[in-house]
Amino acid sequence: MTTATQRPEVNAALTKEQLLRMYRRMYSIRQFEEHANDLYLRALMPGLTHLYEGEEAVAVGICEALRPDDYITSTHRGHGHCLAKGAAPNRMFAELLGKEAGYCRGKGGSMHIADPATGNLGANAIVGGSAGIATGAAFSAKKLGNGRICVCFFGEGALGQGVLYEVMNMAQLWKLPVIYACENNMYNEYTHYSETTSGDILSRPAAFGLPAESVDGQDVRAVHGAASRFVEHARAGAGPAFLLCNTYRYRGHHVGDINREYYRAKQEEQRWSSERDPINILGDWLVQQTLADSAQLERIQTEVKAEMNAAMEFAIAAPYPTVDEAEQDVYA
Amino acid sequence: MPETAAQTTVRELTFGEAIREALAEEMRRDARVCVIGEDVAEAGTPFKVLSGLVEEFGKERVIDTPISEPGFTGIGVGAAMTGLRPVVDIMFGDFLTLVMDQMVNQAAKIHYMSGGTWKVPMVFRATMGATRRSAAQHSQSLHAWPSHIPGLKVVLPSTPYDAKGLLKTAIRDDNPVVFFEDKMMYRLKGPVPSEEYAIPFGVADIKRAGTDITLVATSSMVQVASGAAKLLEEIGISAEIVDPRTMWPLDEKTLIESAKKTSRAIVIDEGYHRYGVTAEIASVIAEGAFYNLDGPVKRIGAMHVPIPFSPPLEDATVPSEKQVFEAARQLCGKS
Repeated sequence: MTTATQRPEVNAALTKEQLLRMYRRMYSIRQFEEHANDLYLRALMPGLTHLYEGEEAVAVGICEALRPDDYITSTHRGHGHCLAKGAAPNRMFAELLGKEAGYCRGKGGSMHIADPATGNLGANAIVGGSAGIATGAAFSAKKLGNGRICVCFFGEGALGQGVLYEVMNMAQLWKLPVIYACENNMYNEYTHYSETTSGDILSRPAAFGLPAESVDGQDVRAVHGAASRFVEHARAGAGPAFLLCNTYRYRGHHVGDINREYYRAKQEEQRWSSERDPINILGDWLVQQTLADSAQLERIQTEVKAEMNAAMEFAIAAPYPTVDEAEQDVYA
Repeated sequence: MPETAAQTTVRELTFGEAIREALAEEMRRDARVCVIGEDVAEAGTPFKVLSGLVEEFGKERVIDTPISEPGFTGIGVGAAMTGLRPVVDIMFGDFLTLVMDQMVNQAAKIHYMSGGTWKVPMVFRATMGATRRSAAQHSQSLHAWPSHIPGLKVVLPSTPYDAKGLLKTAIRDDNPVVFFEDKMMYRLKGPVPSEEYAIPFGVADIKRAGTDITLVATSSMVQVASGAAKLLEEIGISAEIVDPRTMWPLDEKTLIESAKKTSRAIVIDEGYHRYGVTAEIASVIAEGAFYNLDGPVKRIGAMHVPIPFSPPLEDATVPSEKQVFEAARQLCGKS
């Protein structure tokens, strides 16, 4: 089991309100994904979806360090990023079900949720496909002088895509305000990353001169601390950075990836969920620090569950787009 | 050219100068327009099409990149989504193969996939055309590829006038536009008014009026068709030349009307004819003008081979005046 090689000091002072918000957001993502899985099992969801359970602290810790007008790009495993940046669960469920009320009017689905209102440039179903877009958003932010930054979320599978290195090179040459957030959940689909990744991951961005750090991706406070420093660095005009978040994907590559013992052991999965769960880690810490008691956390959980149920029911009841929608929005 | 009717001051510009002027005017008009690509600044591209732009607009807006086509094209996509209007320079159209993901999976689909919420107002300027002795990886005409993709618009100007007016429209369009410049035409001269004008997409231009046969020709093939038309005139055949100017949107109406009028049509394009632009246009004409046609719609495109280096071989791969003349003569039943 890989955990963080380095535990950066949490230097951004987090208020109790922020900590509780992060707890709620992580729990919201967890519940959203449980409901998404449920929709799949009930055969209510067309196609497949890729669940983010286990990785919640990465999206939440990083997005908590951003401004509402900052940009993100997301991945095929993108629900967590979208929710952490402020997307409404009812419109997300509607998109998962291909409904008119969805963020993309049902045309994008789970892997393409995009929302200009929350700075979400879109989830992307090409691995590494959003690296250029994220760097381009940082490019225009710098040219337009609007003070925004962009976070490019990607999994460690994208380390195999050449375009990532091309844009990191340009981002550093031009000092663009972009943070490359690599979520190492250890599996490129069905293959352990050690079989696909040579050398040391952090040496790659370092070769381009990017500040690069590794962080415990199960500890939302650590993620937030590292992200905050890089956000400050980017916002100050000092250029891009690379944050490697070591994390774990609780479920399969997608909801249909049930029998997966050929590539990883059940014991490994159990160890992560029982010992390294990001929600429990923060919850335990909050109780220890007397910032919250267990009743308070349970109340949050009850509220979130009700919210997610309502959001899911909204989506189930929502109408599909009419067929004439198929030919709309091909061109602006 | 009806667009010139009201113009008074007309100069002779080369194709390359017309493109540069369009870019410069749009960059003056709109601070969001920028140029991104390899050797676009001081070098002004290997074809010198962009010479002088960096002097006027500076390196902040005329941006030299590393040799990283997918990377800088992807940056163009993101920049277009977030407030700029980038013109991305793909030095050789052959390198479109390198940027396919950014162009096809990203730029073309983002507006649709996002339910119409994000827009990608960018231009891909790419070269095309053989006979420059550049061999198989620097000579292809790949405009059929983007023409196949919903979400992209594809432009093939054939004159300096069209190049300037169409490039201005491309830059002002809110969609990704792929703009193909035949590199063998950069020195071609033609009249260009000094007054402001833009040419709308989806409007074909009748480059030569005629009555016996329609020659649909794109880009540099308009010159080939013009040469053939002169030869045909000598044997009493009156050829009409229709230049669609944009592959998509395609002015199907003008193509069909011309074919109905002349009752015969040949489509000439420098891309491969198999599964190419000629196939699409020929089928549009066949479907739309079938009952008025006196013969099958003929297609002439590049020979279905990688472009060879050796001059006599290379020259044989592209459509020629003679080839067009012969095909037209046969179609018109003249011996």
